Amino acid sequence: MTDGALRRYHAPVWNEPVVSELGRRGERGIFVPSTENGIRKAVGPARTLVPKGMRRRVPPRLPELSQPQVLRHFLRLSQSVLGMDLNIDLGEGTCTMKHSPKVHEEVLRRIAEVHPLQDPETIQGLLEILYEFGHTFLREISGLDAFSFQPGGGSEAVYTNACILRKHLERRGELETRNEIITTIFSHPCDAASPATAGFKIVTLYPDERMGRPTTEALKAAVSKHTAGLFITNPEDTGIFNTEIDEWTRIVHEAGGLCAYDQANANAILGVTRAREAGFDMGFFNLHKTFSSPHGSDGPACGAVGVTRELERYLPVPVVTFDGSKYRLEYDRPDSIGKVRDFLGSVPVVVRAYAWALSLGADGLRQVAETSMLNNRYLEKKILAIPGVGKPYAVDARVDQIRYSWQKLKDETGVGTEDIERRMVDYGIQSYFLSHHPWVVPEPFTPEPCETYSKADIDYWATVLRQVAAEAYADPQTVKSAPHRSSISKMDPAPFDDPARWAMTWRAFLRKRGAGERARGTAGPRGP
Amino acid sequence: MAKRGNVHPYIPNSVPDVREEMLREVGARDADSLYREMIPERLMLARRMRLPEPLTAERDLRRHMESLLATNRTCEETLSFLGGGCWQHYVPAVCDEIVRRSEFLTAYSGGPYSDLGRFQAYFEFQSLMGDLLEMDVVGVTTYDWGAAAGNAIRMASRLTGRREVLVPSVMSPRRLAILRNFAQPEGMPEHIRLTTVRNDPRTGRLDLKDLRRKISTRTAAVYLENPSYLGVIESQGNAISDIAHDHGAESIVGVDPLSLGVLSPPSAYGADIVCGEAQPLGVHMYAGGGLAGFLASRDEERYVAEFPSLLVGITRTERDGEWGFAHCRYDRTSYIARDQAKDWVGTATGLWSIAAATYMALLGPEGFRELGETILQRSHYVARRLSEIRGVRVLFPDFFKEFVVNFDRTRKGVRAVNRGLLRQGIFGGHDLGKEFPDLGRSALYCVTEIHSQEDLDRLVAAVREVVS
Repeated sequence: MTDGALRRYHAPVWNEPVVSELGRRGERGIFVPSTENGIRKAVGPARTLVPKGMRRRVPPRLPELSQPQVLRHFLRLSQSVLGMDLNIDLGEGTCTMKHSPKVHEEVLRRIAEVHPLQDPETIQGLLEILYEFGHTFLREISGLDAFSFQPGGGSEAVYTNACILRKHLERRGELETRNEIITTIFSHPCDAASPATAGFKIVTLYPDERMGRPTTEALKAAVSKHTAGLFITNPEDTGIFNTEIDEWTRIVHEAGGLCAYDQANANAILGVTRAREAGFDMGFFNLHKTFSSPHGSDGPACGAVGVTRELERYLPVPVVTFDGSKYRLEYDRPDSIGKVRDFLGSVPVVVRAYAWALSLGADGLRQVAETSMLNNRYLEKKILAIPGVGKPYAVDARVDQIRYSWQKLKDETGVGTEDIERRMVDYGIQSYFLSHHPWVVPEPFTPEPCETYSKADIDYWATVLRQVAAEAYADPQTVKSAPHRSSISKMDPAPFDDPARWAMTWRAFLRKRGAGERARGTAGPRGP
Repeated sequence: MAKRGNVHPYIPNSVPDVREEMLREVGARDADSLYREMIPERLMLARRMRLPEPLTAERDLRRHMESLLATNRTCEETLSFLGGGCWQHYVPAVCDEIVRRSEFLTAYSGGPYSDLGRFQAYFEFQSLMGDLLEMDVVGVTTYDWGAAAGNAIRMASRLTGRREVLVPSVMSPRRLAILRNFAQPEGMPEHIRLTTVRNDPRTGRLDLKDLRRKISTRTAAVYLENPSYLGVIESQGNAISDIAHDHGAESIVGVDPLSLGVLSPPSAYGADIVCGEAQPLGVHMYAGGGLAGFLASRDEERYVAEFPSLLVGITRTERDGEWGFAHCRYDRTSYIARDQAKDWVGTATGLWSIAAATYMALLGPEGFRELGETILQRSHYVARRLSEIRGVRVLFPDFFKEFVVNFDRTRKGVRAVNRGLLRQGIFGGHDLGKEFPDLGRSALYCVTEIHSQEDLDRLVAAVREVVS
């Protein structure tokens, strides 16, 4: 494709009904094994094996579909999803939408039918991967000493950090006096929400107008004898790296708190800068972001929690240990926080992450970081040349991503960032990430062009953005009424927040809006 | 290993010419100088990381990974009776086909237009689960049953303004450990006291006398599991919910959704909030990586306001006859409300919601009934056969899928039995000795539709040989 030419894209329009509207009574999608005659004879009818009051009287009102119907339906749904594999998905900042090698999926079939309570003797290979990934890879990448893969996502990893901090304070008899966590508004919302769920009060620092992050003075003013810890991202969502981060951790330590490093997005600093040198006591990596495990439509995920030697005793159980010949699962750890997720955590995510790191090695990981950083700089050049875009804050150099603003465009055309986001979809580009809330940067968007994207990809993405911005000036209505080439047209958002009209299930929908809404008029699952 | 000029297949811009071109464009000599603009020298890692030599050829990587994993034994080649919170069920090929689709596998947080199918699949998961549970509000799956139960007890505590929850003494110690974290330690302002209610040692059901003794107007909720961790079918659900409601407490029930073709749904015996594990619905075990919790409630604004999870709703679009789907009351979630939110929500197990939706659509009402019946008959069959072995007893009579086998009257402990079984290619039941010492030398056996009569007879013969 020549430079500047845009694809003629249109998303599939299947106009697919809700599955509950499909099928006919009596259709079957799959048969399950039926009981052998010998067993039937021995135990009698199944219903007699259920205490009387507990027998299900009315069968569940599930739809009844044959197998091709089910397959076709869900394939059509899948086609109406702009997965990372299919598009230039660099707009979803803070998400690190990178390539997930297919060979990992092949390998994973080998653990699909492993039960987590199997005797460790029977899963030595799997335990070796868990052990090696923590001890050999993440230790070196972070400088932290010990890891747990139990948390099933980044927010649960932050929660695990908070539980570890809680236990540490409990052991020191400070749980009731040290109850404040300091975070920043440009750290992920879970750095506030997860410690709050763990019982802490949250103090949120806002950025200095000029430097785009809170000043060290602001931190000094926030710490006190109540400070339990600091939970912070660096670089923050703005892509701004806090150059005084080691001073920050020193200040918090001096006040008696611990520091947790949210490294959900560590992609552009692998092999460049680490948690240890910055003075952190704990932290985590999102293996479904930086370490290539596919995002799975929103998980399964894994937040790999790392801690220093001093905090190792608090890690969730079990911990994988190695005595030189055998890998074991150690449960007997009296200071452990116990559990945050059942069994061993998101094992398949760890297996993929290990395979990915092993396929790159030290130089490859550094190259991932450098390329991501360079891609970000390159995209910046392209974006800042587009009319209507702004880049708030005076700090020029950004690491992995940049939070831009369409405020100027909005002032001049009335078209805002959500309009642009919907219109990008018309060009086959996944909707970009705006910002977490609140919008400290007005009309925000936050692309993150990680190492997966070629120069041509970045050029194309910027071309689409330029095209949409031009449309905003020339024909704002087209942008505001977008999407026009997506699977559906603009939604009526009113029901989503109205208790009288919202419906999170089909049965609730039928109850609230009745048969009149069943516009298709064909026989539903209960039809003749 | 052959150097390929630093080009890596996963990194298009690793081609030296392209890199040079881009560096020129941004006006930099090299990447290092760009980092130096942003990160102080003292924070930089001054050396190359010490990591193993990479396996850059896919063939080498695959061979390495597969040779490591080949040392595992799996429940495919070994006959397994392990359960206890993660269960081996048959995963229909259509489920695998759907969750391996690139679109679903690699999507993330795209909007409701570009990711229509993802949003619709979530709505359908909620809908089909709602059909099974007979409940109107169901959320997208969270991490696991434990996290869903943790959210449920905290919801109940906020709804009632009370800080005590009654839980059964018989529950998974791992799930209880998760709950203890959600309940916060004593001394914290939102600490929820978890008080255990005894189970009848003969039937395994909840001891209602003990429940009445412990419940009070300080109780936020009674949390019940059905079937219990030990597989016991709790038939006093109505009485338990009534006792909870009489004291102004919420009735929370944790449930195995796969049982609901044959067992009454918790809503039929008074549950206000329901949680449980979706892994049985078309997700492989993945050594526990297949877990996905779910949470459901009454369709009342006060419940929805306390929901931490994503709730996808349905609406109309500008085009006639077209459906759209997006988040309901999104501003209650931590993505918007940060520390003022109801717990937190984050990336959890979206793909397993889609697997479970596919599974429920495939099975339909008849499939769930037949599946439940097969599991009931097969598990009761093998329980009876095992209890015919001298000294072997099955402790609780009413169960679904899992049951407790006791070896006190044999000369063998559970570990010895399991060692013997392993030699015959069988993973015996999970050892309950440490978890519930009162049960003596007992193991939790799990039997599902994957076990044929031949498998079950093989187990019986093997146990007979090992204990004699």
